[in-house]
Amino acid sequence: MNITKLKDKILSRAFFRGVIAISIFLIIWEVGARFESWYGYRVPWIGLIPAPTAVFESWGGLIGDPSYWMSWQMSFMRVLGGFFAAMILGIPFGLFMAVNRTFHDTAFPTFEILRPIPPLAWVPASIIFWPTAELSIAFVTFLGAFYTIVINVLGGAKSINKQYLQAAQSMGASQWDIFRRVVLPATLPSIVVGSAVGMGITWEVVVAAEMISGGGGSGGAGGGLGFFIWNSYVGGSYEQIVVGMISIGIAGYFSSEMLRNLGGFLTPWLKTR
Amino acid sequence: MSATMNADTNSQKSVIKGAIRIEDVVKVYDPDGAAVMAVDHCSIDIPGGEICMIVGPSGCGKTTLLNAIAGFHGITSGEIYLDNELLCGPGKMQAEPGSDRIVVFQNGALFPWKSNLENVVFGPMMEGKLSKEVIYDKAIKMMADAGLGGTEHSFPGEVSSGLRRRVEIVRALMLEPKVLLFDEPYRALDSLTKSVMHEALLDIYYKNKVTIFFITHDLEEAIFLGHRLIIMSSRPCKPKKIVEVDIPHPRDYSVLTSPRFRELMEEAKGVVNEEAKKAFEAGEKEG
Amino acid sequence: MNNASLQASEMTGMALTMYRISTWFKSPKPYLMLFGVGFLLTIWYLFVEVWQLPRFEDMPGLTEVVTEYFSPDPIYGLSVYTPEYYQHIGISLRRIAYAFFLATVLGVPLGLFLGWSKKFHEFIFPLFEVLRPIPILAWVPLAIIMFSGSETPVIFLTFLASFFATTLNTMLGVQSIDESYTRAARCLGANGWQTFRHVIVPGAMPYIFTGLQISIGVAWFSLVAGEMVSGQFGLGYVINTAYTMVTYPTIVIGMITLGVTGFITSTMVRMAGDFMMQWRVRELALGDN
Repeated sequence: MNITKLKDKILSRAFFRGVIAISIFLIIWEVGARFESWYGYRVPWIGLIPAPTAVFESWGGLIGDPSYWMSWQMSFMRVLGGFFAAMILGIPFGLFMAVNRTFHDTAFPTFEILRPIPPLAWVPASIIFWPTAELSIAFVTFLGAFYTIVINVLGGAKSINKQYLQAAQSMGASQWDIFRRVVLPATLPSIVVGSAVGMGITWEVVVAAEMISGGGGSGGAGGGLGFFIWNSYVGGSYEQIVVGMISIGIAGYFSSEMLRNLGGFLTPWLKTR
Repeated sequence: MSATMNADTNSQKSVIKGAIRIEDVVKVYDPDGAAVMAVDHCSIDIPGGEICMIVGPSGCGKTTLLNAIAGFHGITSGEIYLDNELLCGPGKMQAEPGSDRIVVFQNGALFPWKSNLENVVFGPMMEGKLSKEVIYDKAIKMMADAGLGGTEHSFPGEVSSGLRRRVEIVRALMLEPKVLLFDEPYRALDSLTKSVMHEALLDIYYKNKVTIFFITHDLEEAIFLGHRLIIMSSRPCKPKKIVEVDIPHPRDYSVLTSPRFRELMEEAKGVVNEEAKKAFEAGEKEG
Repeated sequence: MNNASLQASEMTGMALTMYRISTWFKSPKPYLMLFGVGFLLTIWYLFVEVWQLPRFEDMPGLTEVVTEYFSPDPIYGLSVYTPEYYQHIGISLRRIAYAFFLATVLGVPLGLFLGWSKKFHEFIFPLFEVLRPIPILAWVPLAIIMFSGSETPVIFLTFLASFFATTLNTMLGVQSIDESYTRAARCLGANGWQTFRHVIVPGAMPYIFTGLQISIGVAWFSLVAGEMVSGQFGLGYVINTAYTMVTYPTIVIGMITLGVTGFITSTMVRMAGDFMMQWRVRELALGDN
């Protein structure tokens, strides 16, 4: 069943068209980047960046390099650390705001006042406060995902159909039962959505934090894919910049995809038909 | 009684356009894969100006038939004619949607971003044949006739759902269509609003005699409004029984308590229940 | 019934707003809000300046920041009285304006076509999906290489972030339009272009404005990062230099300013949305009937 589905997908017209578009994109990029060495004229913008073949060549050289894989590991650790911290604090915070009106009215305005400050603006303050660079990156990462998760949990819990609560009540459920068996599962889809979005932001923030702490010259925070990109730029190996970009793209894509699958597993009732 | 009724429709036939002939239509969804047969060799002949009620359980494929007439999707085989002109058939399996056949949708399709008046003038404005003033004058007059005076500048979201339906019908009538296609338009209304809507619809019908192809699963509604009931079998969809409603028009709500109405209800109910049971057992989802 | 609905739509204006404000003041909400904000500020004040807890002692304190912010002669050079302060705000706003404008002008039509034409979608969307997972900030070095100067790369990054958000949401908006609407338009004799103009564009409008809200948010996000890494002037630059120059209160001034300007710009986008979608405002004001 699954294999036939996969086969259908690969043989479909949509897939074919996508492949054509991406191939054309790569060809334009390749020709544009190599034009100067072939004909002596530099194409604006594209002419300044390395060609895809050069990027892949450089990538091939890096596959066996443990420090490249080390960067992957460093970034992943930071993303996961910040992300889980945001989940552990953000979900209860959001749920409590949804359940308790007084707490909501007290905490939510403050939350809304802090929210417009972009997470990256916290980087210097975070570096001053936390004893290690690692912790300060983790804090900023946490902040990025925290807002999104809280907003989604709160929105999800508040939009629960009142009749579910009333139905549970009429069947004699206690407050705790209602929370545990109605509010929590009903909020789960929003938690999943919030986490997927939060995961994306986490990657953005980690890359930026790694670049700022690397580029800003504070040192110490070495490693990570963001740092890898920045280092390649400073070192003048432009192919590696693109390798780094693609690597982060892949890493980010897989983490979101994993979350989505986990979410689908946790909320089987959303699969209709 | 039945004979006079037929004579009546026959005499109308010559004047009023909008006769629909459905001949041996088959519709199979996904013919290469699951091959679900939605409509099975279905033939229906609707004379112009008739209110033809298509009755059947939910999800039996009635809407498929309506979509084929409207031109929203094609048919697998067979022909559909409007006034002896081929809408779809061999060589042209999907009809072109057009303003001679206008659909009133199940959940309503008034554009929420346009005021009621802007909705009503939409068709003629798109056509661009008449001047703006003429169109707006006509629209305001038609809305007033249908009891919609005062709601012209409200948005559809601001008026009750009963009024919205009426605006939608007026919007359709602005283009003077030959056929109105109703896809369970009163499904979401409560029964009190519904009864008001039924009388309003008949009122509009008496003023503008068009053919009405009306899908419903509410028998009372079907008998009250229709000249004829075509009771469909559940999926695949195919006419199972035709009930002629020989209660003379114009009708009002006193008809509901008449003995003849009860008799017709009895006659139709047995067939409908049988089909509904079959559909229920087949486990079809609403749709 | 007609009169009632007419009255209701007139009610939605001033009277309704006044009514809402008065009930808000009668509820415990504003007092709890003041308490919440006050609590945070008190903690900040006590931890940093009164008790001088470990790790907090290096942080800029509440009174220190406030006096610096409103001092005509600031110790670290930046306050509401110095022209530089407004210069930085102006430069950041100008970058946001360029990027946001460009992203909207390019992203909305692209999104509309991606949602409308299946063929166009099948060709272009995969490319879009391949580029999208790359975080905006990973583009920084490439942007610096591709565009000369320090201004264009920052605007490019900001644009890119906005562009993805706007395009994607516009596309989703078109896809979310109920098929009945397009069918109804065709039934009523509208041709392709008329359907696009009268159904697709207004139908996608709520999503477009959600997209623009997100877009302005990520624009600030990327702008700050861009200004911190490269670039001269602007609020992100203020924060970063304040850190390297060890003028810590200025960091907080920069952060507060970013929060306020960010909030104002996104409110402006929301108001523009409400202005263009009167039908939605009036529908929501009445509640579901």
